[in-house]
Amino acid sequence: MSVHGPAERTESGNSPSHEAMLQAFAETGAFNERLRRGGHFVFAGGLESAETATTVDGQGEKSSFTDAPYLETQECLGGFWIIEAADLDVALALAVEGSKACRSRVEVRPFRTAEPVRVLSEP
Amino acid sequence: MVADLARRFGDLDVAEESTAEAFVAAAEWWPREGVPPNPGGWLTTTATRKAIDWLRRESQRDAKHEAARIVYDDAPPEPTGPVEDDRLRLVFTCCHPALAMEARVALTLRLLGGLTVPEIARAFLVQETTMARRITRAKAKIKAAHIPYRVPSADDIHERLAGVLAIVYLIFNEGYLASEGDDPVRVDLTGEAIRLGRLLRTLLPDNGEVAGLLALMLLTDARRPARVSRTGELVTLEEQDRGAWDRTLIAEGNALIRERIAAMAAGGGPPGRYQLQAAINAVHTEALSVRETNWSTIVALYGHLVLLDPSPIVRLNRAVAIAEVDGPAAGLAEIDEIAEVIDGYHAFHAARADLLRRLGRDGESRAAYDRAIGLAGNPAERAYLTRRRDQLAG
Repeated sequence: MSVHGPAERTESGNSPSHEAMLQAFAETGAFNERLRRGGHFVFAGGLESAETATTVDGQGEKSSFTDAPYLETQECLGGFWIIEAADLDVALALAVEGSKACRSRVEVRPFRTAEPVRVLSEP
Repeated sequence: MVADLARRFGDLDVAEESTAEAFVAAAEWWPREGVPPNPGGWLTTTATRKAIDWLRRESQRDAKHEAARIVYDDAPPEPTGPVEDDRLRLVFTCCHPALAMEARVALTLRLLGGLTVPEIARAFLVQETTMARRITRAKAKIKAAHIPYRVPSADDIHERLAGVLAIVYLIFNEGYLASEGDDPVRVDLTGEAIRLGRLLRTLLPDNGEVAGLLALMLLTDARRPARVSRTGELVTLEEQDRGAWDRTLIAEGNALIRERIAAMAAGGGPPGRYQLQAAINAVHTEALSVRETNWSTIVALYGHLVLLDPSPIVRLNRAVAIAEVDGPAAGLAEIDEIAEVIDGYHAFHAARADLLRRLGRDGESRAAYDRAIGLAGNPAERAYLTRRRDQLAG
């Protein structure tokens, strides 16, 4: 689950005020706790602003470094969670909570797995 | 059979392919060996074996997959009860909100409606390759994103049924609009939608909106024989030959509405949008003529509907009904309130044109008809509007 928001950040990040930012942090922290207790939490982290990014291209003979994020867009990646979820419905429900907590839109995307067969058990 | 296999193997592609292969095998074997005593069982067993073979070839040889194979091999064929569960699973998977609307429509028609890819492509006026790609991508997303294939819980139904009903209604409307053309495959979409509506009714017999949508589609479809004249012109409600309406469909629709009214009287929830729209249609179909229609009831029903769905089109229809009760000036006042948002819709200008005509403002009426004709995409509608405009005095 990746968080996306405006690339331009103010002193209070993407929040309208300092208080709002602190509240978002608190709610996200609480959400992370719920993920841990539910056995979904694998990893989470917020990223520094897009200005702090360096893009690296090691594909040619000479490596290049650019003082900029990969995508120079109005919006950028703000952070992400890596979660364990039994199926997309579980992940989407968690993403709704996460989106509310961090006050941004969240993209949900699966990691590739090796199994082509999905065993779905019924209660 | 596709639904049953999809449940057991969690993969729609495998289910579809193995079903198709089983039929091919039957076409080869049965003429030679004779039709088996239990053809359904033969097909299921054959399809299952082919699915297992395919999965065996494709999956990696580790303990987890061996265990899965054993589970599948030993699973007994299900009796008829869970068939309905399988179809519920299929419906809610095909209509999953993580899929784009057009993907949901295509999957639903392919896997539940049983239309072929060329038929669906033609119904929605796209290239066959485009439609095939759409369906393939949707199935790939279901698999890769782990969209679950399971019987919807009460919560699921509460949250997602509206989306399922919207897909069925979309299919119905596509077919109904197409009924003014002459491609029978497009028209058959109404039949498909009604079939899906009936399926939902058997799966969710106590749900009010499911009953409401089916009633709405039946009552609307009942009027189809009277909707287009021999010269290919749209015939509006007031001019339709009511004798041409399908009374069987009307009776079925009315029975559903009576059932819902009784349920609400017994303490059920308030009517949702499909039940309200069905009720409005029922008021129309029970009237012997437009003049004898109970327009006050219709205005009241639209009053409820507009609270659930304040879209410009609902408000437009409400304004037209108000004109019947309170006169064209009142209707025009209501319509002009939504002018800004609905300016690009031909029905808005057509309604305005008619009200202006009734107020004797022929010049303005002509201009409104011109606007409507310019915006109408459908030749039958254009023909009707042109005739009305040309009948104006001014």
